[in-house]
Amino acid sequence: MKNLSQISNPFNDDKVIANCGLFGMMSLEGNTCSGKDIIRAIANMRVRGNGLGGGFAAYGIYPEHADLYAFHIMFQDRSAKEQTELLLKDSFKIAAEEEVPHRYNPGVSDPPIVWRYFIDTPNSVPVEYADDYVVEKVMTINTKIDNAFVFSSGKDMGVFKGVGHPEDIGNFFCLEDYSAYLWVSHSRFPTNTQAWWGGAHPFSILDWTVVHNGEISSYGTNRNFLEMRGYFCTMHTDTEVMAYAVDLLIRKHKLPIEIAAKIMAAPLWAEIEQMDDEERQMLTMLRQVYSGLLINGPFTVILAHQGEMIGLGDRVRLRPLVAGIKDDMLYLSSEEAPMKLIRPDLEYTWIPKGGEPIIGKLDTKEVIYQNKPVQIGMDNNAVNLVA
Amino acid sequence: MLSTLLPEFKVERDDSRCIRCKVCVRQCGFDTHKYDEEDDEITSSEEKCVGCQRCAVMCPTNALTIKPHDWGYRPNANWSKDHFRELHRQAESGGVVLTGSGNDKPYRIYWDHIVLNASQVTNPSIDPLREPMELKTYLGRKPEKVEYDPVTKKVSADMPPQVMIEVPVIFSALSYGAISYGAWKALLMAAKEAGTLCNTGEGGWPIELRKYSNRVIAQCASGRFGVDLDYLNAASIVEIKIGQGAKPGIGGHLPGEKVSSDVSLTRMIPEGTDALSPAPQHDIYSIEDLSMLIYALKEATHYEKPISVKIAAVHNSAAIASGMVRAGADIIALDGIRGGTGAAPKIIRDNVGIPIELALASVDRRLRQEGIRNQASILVAGGFRNSGDIVKAIALGADAVYIGTSALVAMGCTICQKCYTGICNWGICTQDPYLSKRLNPDIAKKRLVNMVRGWGLEIKEMLGGMGINAVESLRGNREHLRGIGLEQWELDVLGIRGAGM
Repeated sequence: MKNLSQISNPFNDDKVIANCGLFGMMSLEGNTCSGKDIIRAIANMRVRGNGLGGGFAAYGIYPEHADLYAFHIMFQDRSAKEQTELLLKDSFKIAAEEEVPHRYNPGVSDPPIVWRYFIDTPNSVPVEYADDYVVEKVMTINTKIDNAFVFSSGKDMGVFKGVGHPEDIGNFFCLEDYSAYLWVSHSRFPTNTQAWWGGAHPFSILDWTVVHNGEISSYGTNRNFLEMRGYFCTMHTDTEVMAYAVDLLIRKHKLPIEIAAKIMAAPLWAEIEQMDDEERQMLTMLRQVYSGLLINGPFTVILAHQGEMIGLGDRVRLRPLVAGIKDDMLYLSSEEAPMKLIRPDLEYTWIPKGGEPIIGKLDTKEVIYQNKPVQIGMDNNAVNLVA
Repeated sequence: MLSTLLPEFKVERDDSRCIRCKVCVRQCGFDTHKYDEEDDEITSSEEKCVGCQRCAVMCPTNALTIKPHDWGYRPNANWSKDHFRELHRQAESGGVVLTGSGNDKPYRIYWDHIVLNASQVTNPSIDPLREPMELKTYLGRKPEKVEYDPVTKKVSADMPPQVMIEVPVIFSALSYGAISYGAWKALLMAAKEAGTLCNTGEGGWPIELRKYSNRVIAQCASGRFGVDLDYLNAASIVEIKIGQGAKPGIGGHLPGEKVSSDVSLTRMIPEGTDALSPAPQHDIYSIEDLSMLIYALKEATHYEKPISVKIAAVHNSAAIASGMVRAGADIIALDGIRGGTGAAPKIIRDNVGIPIELALASVDRRLRQEGIRNQASILVAGGFRNSGDIVKAIALGADAVYIGTSALVAMGCTICQKCYTGICNWGICTQDPYLSKRLNPDIAKKRLVNMVRGWGLEIKEMLGGMGINAVESLRGNREHLRGIGLEQWELDVLGIRGAGM
């Protein structure tokens, strides 16, 4: 078994420490746009990264293969590719495959081979277990095959990431050629890691992606809780803990994101005591059962999956998050300036409360904040929220 | 027989300061000081002095100094003063040498070899004076997950009983009988005021003090003293006591002299008889027997109270604890080798058991490895001296900490280790009304509450420094600990890195 922690955490610190810039944009009506804007936006926060990691997630980019799992896999050598392809052929039906298009960029050092496969689970796997089957195979590739790492494995989406500033990574992967209704980006500032393409954000499993800015001071507690439930934190990163927590709560325990947010950024006991009986009982129960998943210390995350983009900050707001809405667009960012850069007519932005998720939903074309919908095009609501 | 024992303490009286007020004469329950009216002089029989410092503290002119006696034996690395003394005592009595309080031998105190982390640059430390900081803890078995109903949008869970404490510090089992009524009442009142819990110990629970019921852990030990249905149902938590850190593997013995009429009533035994707790619980000879008692108590309390099982920390604690959780225990209480006692054979106290730090680390690890850590809370006892020890214990995996000796010290105890004599000049560990009335329960309560409050503030400071604002985020978070001066095997057992790593 390969030791991912040695690759991700070469100095064997407690964990990888990184601070970052985040940007996310989503059309609630499903209108697509190219990667040009998000590259400009994340480049505008250049001081939030140090060139040791940049990445993007894009949703709605493979409409011709929308029903197939799109695997983006990086290989550091040919043998890794051969071994992985053997495993894929044994485990899946492969409908199409190709190298992910890229161009030379002097800011991108030592790129690996990045290939994409459009695949389906074999007939022997019941539909309801297809996701679990895919997760298992992704874990096998990541932990058993040297020099291979799965960037993403969801349907009609993909992750593009690497070592370099995000604008160079975006240029390298020709993101201006893709059309997505939801874009997420990340600029990384690790303090204790050597450059490894797999260590850049977004982190992804199935169609979930996480970009994260923070340092989790509850890391050991969270890791214990997740390891007891079969997740192995092989990369020693906060983001890995965050991704597994989301997977456990949302996919396995089938909780909606609003409730998952109340677990990871739980309201204070003093606030819970002020609530009405029903809500108080619910939140007390959540804190009792999931005390090991309270994410303590500074963090902001942008979570995304097909049809949803979620921004969430820690409960005492130790990392920045700004939200903005205009027409059909929801923007989430570490800073306000990049939103205004790509959308000069953006009027309404606000700083969300700590622990309150902002959720953009494609199906209802709504933004939900503080459990209330913000209707698109009715910017006055946003004004009320700010007040 | 001529006693060959030398005095343990030297009493120095500054005659120029002594005003012959005779406070020292009255204060010493061991009759160390005597007033000679003819010569107007106070003399001291040093062989009776236990070094409790009561007379020195009470002396209005600070005329008294009590110092350890500088014994003149030839120095010998093998034969220490203690060895001499115990063997001489034994040769004179032919009995088991008794003692009180916790182990005072220099076994490694791991707390003093573990240091804590603090945030710098990449993660802000949190100022508890300006930011919220949460110490609230719920004890009891936790379910694996909650269920969400997408139709009603409600969550539900099959939630076993939970007991809340405002600070992760609980008063340990100190029985009424071992300690005085006033001291026992002070602990109960302090637990209520400080929002924590108080363990009854194995001596029952006087009826008139049951109004403090929502803050009490009722112990069910091998002697079953004072245990009936009302007793069990009055408590918040019921604890089965299997063992005690100060005397693993042996029972208890409250001498008949301490069984006053009130103690007799509370313990449900005849006045003046010895209260003997058998070494094992005679209905528990195996793990399945334990399970039966756990469920008998759950039935008796209508599944409304968590059931705790307390064991002494011994070599196979991890495997035993895992069995206890599977047997139905909602709380595991571990008592380490430095845990206190009212009376124990000195040879047992000094030689049996393992340090709580190692037991805690291995039990927490084992329960996690077996995927059952959520099924029980872990309470630890045995030598906790300050809030730093407590923070380190939580980071090693404890839910909360039991304190016994620290609570006694807060009330005035000076750890003279004479609890087994029934004489306590501080009025704590005695049933003699002349001595016990010295302890004012309201003042003792205030001192206990002050200690818990002070520790709470200090714990918040340490949490804030680590960038944590809720105590549950520290639980088992061993990344915040580093060892200093420890061998690799010790670091491995503790599951921590050496400092600088």
